[in-house]
Amino acid sequence: MTSCLWSLENGRAKGKFVADQGIHLKDPLLDYRPMANKGYDANKPTTTMCHQVSQKDVIMRLLFVDGSLYLKGNPAIFHGYLDDQFTQLQKLQDESNPDFVVEVVSLFFEDSEKLLNNLTRALEQQNVDFRQVDAHVHQFKGSSSSIGAMRVKNVCVAFRNNCEAQNHEGSLRCLQQVKYEYSLLKNKLETLFRLEQQILAAGGSIPIME
Amino acid sequence: MVFGTSASTQRKFRALIADDDPVIQKIHKVLLNKLGFETQVVVNGKEAVDLFRSGAFFNLVLMDMEMPIMDGPQATRELRAMGVKTMIVGVTSRALESEKQAFMGAGLDDCHVKPLSAEIITSLLKKLGKNK
Repeated sequence: MTSCLWSLENGRAKGKFVADQGIHLKDPLLDYRPMANKGYDANKPTTTMCHQVSQKDVIMRLLFVDGSLYLKGNPAIFHGYLDDQFTQLQKLQDESNPDFVVEVVSLFFEDSEKLLNNLTRALEQQNVDFRQVDAHVHQFKGSSSSIGAMRVKNVCVAFRNNCEAQNHEGSLRCLQQVKYEYSLLKNKLETLFRLEQQILAAGGSIPIME
Repeated sequence: MVFGTSASTQRKFRALIADDDPVIQKIHKVLLNKLGFETQVVVNGKEAVDLFRSGAFFNLVLMDMEMPIMDGPQATRELRAMGVKTMIVGVTSRALESEKQAFMGAGLDDCHVKPLSAEIITSLLKKLGKNK
């Protein structure tokens, strides 16, 4: 059984939890997003329950309050991949924009893949046009920081320094690094969305942990 | 929320988003819609200028600094030269003070780092409300 201290503030649940098997969750303020009106079983017990599910290294925490389900804000923040900007995006999601986060992230993925292809081609040239490369990196830096992808953004900063110095080797290294960070982030976000979908499809009941 | 002086109709504020980044376009569009604006999106400064030239009306323009074909500073200068008095807020991912100052000098009312937050948009709304 789990026990918790919680309160509802502005339609969001906040609190501390002690999860199953006495695992103490150290997060001081857990900001849960309400997943309202997604077909939950109104006959669910009205006691509050907290559960934790995970897939790969993405952890989701769920809170049941009076038959409604609240999902943990953003597990990835705790791994340093996404900063507060991502949380701000999640706050924009509501009933009139129910898929906002997935849509923005999908746009980001599309845009990023184009930019990475352009960067790869530009750096393969005999005479590299560093201004062009810098323009692409600038674009990538902008869109990654607008979704809160801080690690990708930080590599872009180093990348731009290499462009300014017209350092071909340094730029190639940065390209490798940014591709790596991007693929890690993409993996995490896709896992997060998949897990959310599974939870919602199961009507808010707990999926089997892997 | 109701703004505007019309007694019988609830007129929404209209905002133009000039930005070539699809991620920013979407974030600003949803944010502005949530805060009561009708929005239109263009992808470069020339499209923004053409819209105004064709007689379109907006209460607010969010002008990205860097865009292809015609950038933010150039578009802002042209709009001001045309006599456009609409509130134009520059949006930039650059942090350099000198570049922000140069952009402001083109005729902006304000300039912020992107993406804009709900707080900033709300404060712009308040300014717009006062001017009506």
